[in-house]
Amino acid sequence: MSHVALAAILLLLAALGYTMGRRRATALSGGQARRLHSLPSYHGLYVALWCALPAAAVLAVWLVAEPQIIAVLLMPSLPPGSAGLTDGAFQLLLGDIESFAAGRAPEAGTDPAVIAAARRLSELRQSGFILLALAAIALGAGGIGWSRSRIRPGLRARNAVERATIVIMIAASTVAILTTVGIVMSLLFESARFFAQVPFSDFLFGLQWSPQTALREDQVGSSGAFGAVPIFAGTFIITLIAMAVAVPIGLMAAVYMSEYAGKRARAIAKPALEMLAGIPTVVYGFIAAIMVGPALRDAGEWVGLDVASESALAAGLVMGVMIIPFVSSLSDDVMNAVPQTLRDGSYAIGATKSETIVRVVFPAALPGIIGAVLLAVSRAVGETMIVVMAAGLAANLTANPLQAVTTVTVQIVTLLVGDQEFDSPKTLAAFALGLVLFAVTLATNVIALRVVRRYREQYE
Amino acid sequence: MSAAANRLRRRHGAEWRFRACGAIAIAIAIAILAALLGGILWQGVGALWRTEILLDIDIDAGTIDPAGTRDPAALAGADYGVLVKNALRARFPEATERKQKRDLAALASNEAAYALRDRVMTEPGLIGTRLKLWVPASSDVDMLWKGVLDRDTLVDGGRLDADQVAWIDALAADGSVATSFNAAFFTGGDSREPEQAGIAGALVGTILTMAVTLVLSFPLGVAAAVYLEEFAPKNRWTDLIEVNINNLAAVPSIVFGLLGLAVFLGFFGLPRSAPLVGGLVLSLMTLPTLIIAARAALAAVPPSIRDGALAVGASPLQSVFHHVLPLAMPGILTGSIIGMARAAGETAPLLMIGMVAFIVDIPGGITDPSSVLPVQVYLWADAPERGFAEKTAAAILVLLVFLAVMNLAAVVLRRRFERRW
Repeated sequence: MSHVALAAILLLLAALGYTMGRRRATALSGGQARRLHSLPSYHGLYVALWCALPAAAVLAVWLVAEPQIIAVLLMPSLPPGSAGLTDGAFQLLLGDIESFAAGRAPEAGTDPAVIAAARRLSELRQSGFILLALAAIALGAGGIGWSRSRIRPGLRARNAVERATIVIMIAASTVAILTTVGIVMSLLFESARFFAQVPFSDFLFGLQWSPQTALREDQVGSSGAFGAVPIFAGTFIITLIAMAVAVPIGLMAAVYMSEYAGKRARAIAKPALEMLAGIPTVVYGFIAAIMVGPALRDAGEWVGLDVASESALAAGLVMGVMIIPFVSSLSDDVMNAVPQTLRDGSYAIGATKSETIVRVVFPAALPGIIGAVLLAVSRAVGETMIVVMAAGLAANLTANPLQAVTTVTVQIVTLLVGDQEFDSPKTLAAFALGLVLFAVTLATNVIALRVVRRYREQYE
Repeated sequence: MSAAANRLRRRHGAEWRFRACGAIAIAIAIAILAALLGGILWQGVGALWRTEILLDIDIDAGTIDPAGTRDPAALAGADYGVLVKNALRARFPEATERKQKRDLAALASNEAAYALRDRVMTEPGLIGTRLKLWVPASSDVDMLWKGVLDRDTLVDGGRLDADQVAWIDALAADGSVATSFNAAFFTGGDSREPEQAGIAGALVGTILTMAVTLVLSFPLGVAAAVYLEEFAPKNRWTDLIEVNINNLAAVPSIVFGLLGLAVFLGFFGLPRSAPLVGGLVLSLMTLPTLIIAARAALAAVPPSIRDGALAVGASPLQSVFHHVLPLAMPGILTGSIIGMARAAGETAPLLMIGMVAFIVDIPGGITDPSSVLPVQVYLWADAPERGFAEKTAAAILVLLVFLAVMNLAAVVLRRRFERRW
């Protein structure tokens, strides 16, 4: 919180710098702004940027480097003997110190050495913050003083400010690249650690998935329990069910809306479909788990079928409903983009409306519709909350939609939520699954976008 | 001739059937939407009320203030549960066995003792007198009284026994059971007991997380969009950025959670379960959507505006920041509100960064452990107690209202300020 206060102080300082720069420029111009190269407000911004940017840089560097610096400085005051500890025990000790320093642990019953280290930690943090605050404020004030002294009527303040703005905007647009790099690096790095322990082919082609048993090395089945085929199969079944619901309904809805519906019907149907897309997935998960799952089980009992209460069918059906708007809105767009002349030509030789749609509009729009369906598939594969709440945890290799199956996203969540030890194959497996998920959805998207783009070019 | 007429009739029949299929598809989608919203409303609206029991409590000075000093610290730490239990025993003296006494005490919620304490703390003069006070009932009594579960289910399921049902009936007979508006649901934090659980913590957590998301993603997104749409040269690098943004918009949200776990928690060592980290992850997730929306809004501003500004001597940056950007702002705001609404309903990435912990306290800042509304829904949906089903649906209602307000703001903004060129 104190960092936020510091940032606020720096912002105030920058605002002060703005007024000072502006005043100074106005004073130098002697009341005649045309004597200045740049407007007074640019002189103000010039001073404000000189105040804020260096201080913000120092703040950012400190925020990134602080944990490491503090850790090094804390080393000498750790309890004696801690250098010989194993990695895990050392982390545990640091955790104890951390929680005492944060006031979460009672003083009674805590090791005095830990208390001493915690006090030292708090001291280090406090003095570090004071140093940082002083440095940042001094830098800001220095920036104001220096840049204000440079203000002359001929100073090209606007050019300087515009250059800085462009640089800031370029930096902002590279955040997207940094995000992708961050995703790829973190997934690759953790997956590499996983594949160092479990062979790549075992993971991709193994038929057994039981990560829970691999917690201890001496247990039976501690090796070879990371065969992901049942998980991929489960994901495939649920996606298939979802698409079986979403494609017919979504496509027919799109046909009706783009070809038949009048203005009134469109005004009701389009927002309703958009609302289906706007409902949070956790709500669909609740519906699937509390209403659809038990209802299907009861219906199965009634006809004498054995339906698991966490069946693939329940999750798939609800996911299909969620996907409908993705299919319908994109297909609607591509069908609207089919030129009217094609339809008119078909009507002219006597075809009915439905014949025109099926024989002319559909084939013309097919690439776009395929793209829409592919995008919907990637959405279904990556969907998490519905399957976490309504699908099973056990990795059954089955093609029966009435049984419980598990998916890639369910496994990622179950492996990572709860106790965390970052170096066990169990948690690392989640990143390997994440890598597969990322690769599959990325490939689907790239193909879909390419198909859609090529189709659009055809008619433009 | 008649063969042709037959064929025509058949073709018109096919036409009619095809059209009906389309109408049915839309009808199915709308019916599902209505069933979904209706079902949740029907389930969740009950949580707005809670069952209370009227007790005649003897506020015994010897129990809560043996020293007689009326010292607030002593009063705050005293055992009010005993007083509630005694009041129940006085009402039903026939409960003599150990088990019966325990069952009797289980009629009232733990919350009853806190309600009594708050009352006594504000009015110390009550000590030593008798007080008629409405106290919250336990969740099972609540379910029974509101008719969510019928008494056979409750008794057969072992949630209530025959004695307890008889006591409730006796209380009801003299008008000592009633429902009142459940304000605690909107002011309380999470709890293990369904009748005490509230959403204030999750609501505050959502607002804090959204604030972080907005502060980070809006300036970054607008700056990136302005650069890419107005200034970027057409080269490999900007192509790369564009491809990246389009692909990031379709990356599953859980992958952003993995990124947050590995980078923000693992590498930078930021605190788990904090709105700060949640906001960071969600802003990375929203950024592509925001940039795409902002670029579309900027592209919709006609070039004549830029040319006009440049013609009277504005620099390229001035023409964008003084003329194009203000004209595009309504569109940008609409796009970012819709993006924020999607982020506010997101659950999966927040599970990855540990926002699923059980947190009772209402967060006070962006580094405090916290929950958010969708995660609260997930947690309550998982809880085995029947009382939580109602709470879950009610939390969903609050979440949907929250999102509806955001989307409505976007629609209003579009209607009021959108310009067609």
